[in-house]
Amino acid sequence: MYNIPGSATASDTPLAAGTSPAETGEGVRAARTVAEVMAQSQAGGVLDELDRELVGLAPVKARIRDIAALLVIDRLRMNQGLQAQTPSLHMSFTGNPGTGKTTVALRMAQILHRLGYIRKGHLVAVTRDDLVGQYVGHTAPKTREVLKKAMGGVLFIDEAYYLYRPDNERDYGQEAIEILLQVMENNRDDLVVILAGYGDRMETFFQSNPGMRSRIAHHLEFPDFTAGELLRIAEMMLEQQNYRFGPGAREVFQDYLTHRIRQPQFANARSVRNALDRARLRQASRLFANPDKELTVDDLSTIESPDIRASRVFDLGTASAQKT
Amino acid sequence: MMTNPTGRLTQGQFSFLPDLTDAEITLQIEYGLRQGYAWAVEYTDDPHPRNTYWEMFGMPMFDLADAAGVMLELKSCRSTFPQHYIRLVAFDSTRGVETIAMSFIVNRPSVEPGFSLVRQETNGRTIRYTIRGHEADRPEGERYRK
Repeated sequence: MYNIPGSATASDTPLAAGTSPAETGEGVRAARTVAEVMAQSQAGGVLDELDRELVGLAPVKARIRDIAALLVIDRLRMNQGLQAQTPSLHMSFTGNPGTGKTTVALRMAQILHRLGYIRKGHLVAVTRDDLVGQYVGHTAPKTREVLKKAMGGVLFIDEAYYLYRPDNERDYGQEAIEILLQVMENNRDDLVVILAGYGDRMETFFQSNPGMRSRIAHHLEFPDFTAGELLRIAEMMLEQQNYRFGPGAREVFQDYLTHRIRQPQFANARSVRNALDRARLRQASRLFANPDKELTVDDLSTIESPDIRASRVFDLGTASAQKT
Repeated sequence: MMTNPTGRLTQGQFSFLPDLTDAEITLQIEYGLRQGYAWAVEYTDDPHPRNTYWEMFGMPMFDLADAAGVMLELKSCRSTFPQHYIRLVAFDSTRGVETIAMSFIVNRPSVEPGFSLVRQETNGRTIRYTIRGHEADRPEGERYRK
């Protein structure tokens, strides 16, 4: 959009750092194959990182791969002189609690920036209170402020269905929705909007706001994690915090997961994080009990099986074995 | 005036250059954002050089990351006041500075009649000079009609 010859912004985007039709004079010729474009851009690195750092989430990864592929093909089209219009990138994330909606939204801002679709790559996360005002005339400036701050990046609206409250006629959520719709349509190049929330409530929200549904190009479902995926997530979380499972602890944790999944109010990755935090508490208590022992790095960073086995989830049949 | 043959207002940065295009304005806004300035849109129909405080359109925009937000506000101001002087000002909020760092005119009325010299005779044969805009004869709001 700001491609003025000689200006700094033209060479800032990672894709333009490769060839553009104007610069293919001496050294590099314009790319004609996918491999050449991949070598010149950062798209390959983005996809590899995605595979490594996010566990599961197959539909999300598939969609991101499609978007990256479109970027590569667009570059080839531009090299041949064809038109390449930026696609609409607004998205809606639906799924149960703890399935990674907010995490992926954060990564999405980075990914889209590195693929060259958005200019700045920052994320502005808001809920209803940041968009809707308390009195007449308050909503429009408030929503516009938030939208201006999010331009060039991603606007992430959590629990988007709270914007629309049909039962309260003095509610100003509808105004915020209308401003959002206008900006989503007219400023497609400047802003990506991601709505997130639980599946059934988002469905009701879209039914009462068909304009919103038609502007969202990508509806992504976040499926519940399998037990194997949750175990991998647990191991990644521990590694990030410089912990590891001791001998036998991994199997005990797997056992714990099978029990916990059956309990009500299971919040996927969040429950795993809470369980690991409690295991760390028990490990700390266990080490605390022996004040004169010199603790090595191994002692401090190993979660042993008794730390996990002590969980109440293993006591079947007791009403108090319900935790989030 | 003889010293300003085109009669264009020469206040602020870039005022001796031809009008900036939207792309060039965007580049300037991006520079200001990189320096951490807060942009604001101001308008007036009284362009006297001593009139430093123009009316602000909306609020100053702190914590913006991209020029598109400022251009949105500018477009809105241009459609509301097409025949006023509109300028973009950048405020540097570093402690100890807290002043306007950049300011340039982005919209002018289609005809700029300019200023004339006004002479006032005081005691003896002393003359005091000032300048007065030609449009200042009309009331506020009715100036610079096409």
